[in-house]
Amino acid sequence: MSTQTLWIIVIGSILSTFIWRFLGAVVVRKISAQGDLFEWVTCVSYAMVAGLVFRMIILPQSELATLSIGVRVSAVVLAFAAYFLFKRNLLAGVLVGSLSLSLMAGLSVGAELF
Amino acid sequence: MISDSPSVMRKALKDSLSLPAFILFFTMMGFGSFARSTGFGVEMAVVASLFIWGLPGQLVMAELTATGQPIFAIIFACSLANARFLPMVVSFLPTISRPGAKFGQMVLDAQLLSINSWAMCQREFPRIAPDQRRRYFLVFASVILLAAVIGTAIGHTVSVLLPQPLVLGLIFTSPLFFALVLSAVPALSHRLALLSGCLIVPLANEWFPSIDLLLTGLIGGTIAFLIGKSRRKTR
Repeated sequence: MSTQTLWIIVIGSILSTFIWRFLGAVVVRKISAQGDLFEWVTCVSYAMVAGLVFRMIILPQSELATLSIGVRVSAVVLAFAAYFLFKRNLLAGVLVGSLSLSLMAGLSVGAELF
Repeated sequence: MISDSPSVMRKALKDSLSLPAFILFFTMMGFGSFARSTGFGVEMAVVASLFIWGLPGQLVMAELTATGQPIFAIIFACSLANARFLPMVVSFLPTISRPGAKFGQMVLDAQLLSINSWAMCQREFPRIAPDQRRRYFLVFASVILLAAVIGTAIGHTVSVLLPQPLVLGLIFTSPLFFALVLSAVPALSHRLALLSGCLIVPLANEWFPSIDLLLTGLIGGTIAFLIGKSRRKTR
């Protein structure tokens, strides 16, 4: 594609994402932060974000799909264990989870070689 | 409760630099190199990260461009992939702005919001005085945006060859981070929303893959809201 077409795509994507943010700011001015509508939208956000994260772990569309689900889930379990062991420390949880995933991935590559 | 500005600034810097900035830097490096392989120039990739500021939409944009879809379809699909910003902005802005806030200022706050700062603020706000929360958000969000933009540029220009297991571990930091951050949510209805989101998304993805997250949010969020409401009434 030409440079011009690519720029149109980038700018169009920026604007088409911005619409949602802008609409959000418009809606906020119309509703009360104590009301049911606000509480409902907050629940919808939580469910959406949880769905996104759960999908990244269970049904990844990235290269993570090359790993078995057992490897991914055990890495998450280890991450939570470390997180709570170190008094809810995010860094400890993410480090342990991600390193254990790398290790398991490395071992399974090694196992294929032999 | 943290209530003075210097401490809030320090906390925001510490919270962002300790992990999220690194995660954003790395994931956006991935976007940068993907954007390069699909034909986007480095300045286009940087502008996309800076102003779209929503990775799912950016990935859809690059992916559909690579497969040669019509321009309109690409822009529409990117928008759909980032539609979560509507409920996120609605649930977020009231937690940082006082009633007299200017509309332009609210739009700028909304533009700076991402899933990382949204989740992190939900977690940390109970520990920060209400009038300092916006300061925390602005510092936190700016730091991770900067890290994301630098990561995009580096990912586009430098091809770093890391061993594959390490790359997988780095990709995995992002879902891990969100899972841990969200596990601390206190309110019952919000916990229910997280649970129902996890239960519904596999089905939604199976049946309606292009709008799976929207459906998950609407159905899961509504169920959680209704249960939470009935529980509050019976009390």
